[in-house]
Amino acid sequence: MERMVDLKLQASNDTLYTVLDAIEAHLTKCGCPKSVQTEILVAVEELYVNIASYAYGDKKGEAAVQMDVLGDPGRCRVTLIDHGMPYNPLEKEDPDITLSAEERGIGGLGIYMVKQTMDHVEYRYENGCNILTIEKGIGPEENACG
Amino acid sequence: MTISETRQADVVQLSVEGRVDTNTSPQLQKSILQAFQKGNKVVLDLEKVDYVSSSGLRALLIGQKTANSKGGSMKLVHVCSAVMKVFDMTGFSKMLTIE
Repeated sequence: MERMVDLKLQASNDTLYTVLDAIEAHLTKCGCPKSVQTEILVAVEELYVNIASYAYGDKKGEAAVQMDVLGDPGRCRVTLIDHGMPYNPLEKEDPDITLSAEERGIGGLGIYMVKQTMDHVEYRYENGCNILTIEKGIGPEENACG
Repeated sequence: MTISETRQADVVQLSVEGRVDTNTSPQLQKSILQAFQKGNKVVLDLEKVDYVSSSGLRALLIGQKTANSKGGSMKLVHVCSAVMKVFDMTGFSKMLTIE
């Protein structure tokens, strides 16, 4: 296992690109197909913005983002950690994607997209921290499926 | 993300380029709503967009709701396969008008 990204930042939308740029640079270096990169970046954005928006209520707080590459041809694991209020976003009910525009509420699709695009998504609360982990294969064959 | 606008009669076309994400989607939403103040038919050219997160979907949903409430239309053209995958996954490909 190789740790490619290890960031600690104030969780806010202003630091989103610092996170995405770091992950994108390493995925490119690993030869990850562009379509898979985009799915991983969107998933990280959804989770990071959730932390920035809700983890600490009206206050500011820190988020840690780690990216590891495992095995060969390679799996990417991204872990997002905050020490805000305990919250498992995976328990959120999936939205009804068959509704018309008029029937749909605003929002609720972010976590659903993460669950749909990632191979593995896991939440745990440990030592006062919310820890969310996503995993996705980044080998060339992933492109053929995408 | 950049948005350029062209207008012909009551058709307003917005050509979008770049990522539609948490930080840029408010600009897209604003442009769509302004377009509906200028014309009843809005065309979004997404040829140069390959990244749409849920905040971008929100902007498109608000655009579609606006089109419906005004009796107008919103049409998406040149949607790339990566973005189409997002639309299919979220039911947006059935909810929106995509050519």
